[in-house]
Amino acid sequence: MSENTATPGRSLGRRRALMLAPLGLAVAGGAGFYAMLRGLGTGSYDPRGVPSALLGKPAPAFALPPLAESGLPALSNTDLADLPAPVLVNFWASWCVPCIVEHPQLMRLSRDGVAVFGVNYKDKAGDAAAFLTRHGNPFRRLGRDEPGRAAIDWGVYGVPETYLLDRKGIIRWRWPGPVTPEVLDQDLRPLLRRHA
Amino acid sequence: MRRHALLALPLMLGLLAGPALGVGLPSEMLPDPAQEQRARSIGHELRCMVCQNQSIEESEADLARDLRRIVRERVAAGDSDSQVVSYLHDRYGDFVLLRPPFTFATAALWGAPFIALGGGLLAILLLRRRRIDPVAAAPLSAEEQARLAALEDGAAR
Repeated sequence: MSENTATPGRSLGRRRALMLAPLGLAVAGGAGFYAMLRGLGTGSYDPRGVPSALLGKPAPAFALPPLAESGLPALSNTDLADLPAPVLVNFWASWCVPCIVEHPQLMRLSRDGVAVFGVNYKDKAGDAAAFLTRHGNPFRRLGRDEPGRAAIDWGVYGVPETYLLDRKGIIRWRWPGPVTPEVLDQDLRPLLRRHA
Repeated sequence: MRRHALLALPLMLGLLAGPALGVGLPSEMLPDPAQEQRARSIGHELRCMVCQNQSIEESEADLARDLRRIVRERVAAGDSDSQVVSYLHDRYGDFVLLRPPFTFATAALWGAPFIALGGGLLAILLLRRRRIDPVAAAPLSAEEQARLAALEDGAAR
């Protein structure tokens, strides 16, 4: 009852603490924003990033026709089980500009002996073949998904998108957007080693 | 003035009708209007993954058109609303749902309004009690009572 009058020191301390509370909140908010901006800069935080619903699951059932002009074998989900090493499945299109950015990284992986399987998304056969002639072919197998239905079964929402499957064919990693040299060195290479 | 308002009315109605028409081309629609209506209401609950803040019914994106077609296919095939939604949820995860489900990860999201409301009420109650307390507190000491009695005596006299 008479707590306030009996202990004026404590009440004063409390009042001072209350006055500092907004400052504390502002500092906490500032620290949060700083962490967010740093994450945006380094790429560890992506507000538009969406986790794949397929992580930890095998590839969905699909069977795609080959791109005849490329001479590469076709791709279906039966090619993605019981593998000797982890593989990549890359969704791409000749009309997709970031795909050109990521292509050298796919070529490098392919030279290093990593199995890269391609899905050509909503593309014209002639354009796709010309793209591979011009930029090189990193794919062991290539399926044509002209209607884009297989891509939807994979949860693809834009090309390029790259999936890493372990030796059992379980999807372990999905990268929406181009595999840049940084993504290759910092994310993909360690994952390939871990699942080797 | 009033006539002008009346003239503007069709225009305003046109504006209202705009978003309702959406981007659905007649060729995309299902022949059965009841099924089309269902497909549309399902589509309004599904996020266009490309534009992220539009539903697939509102978006012009290619992927949204593909997903609209899939929703209509499933509806025409006789799937229930929840079967259609889970078909896409299986592929695109929680993010495809414009209304996120209540899970451990979204508990803070759904709980935030209640926490904020509860916190506000608590703050109001605490502040009110403190304001009332000092008034109710401090009963007169014996000395004060004696002085008051003396004053009253003086006034009575």
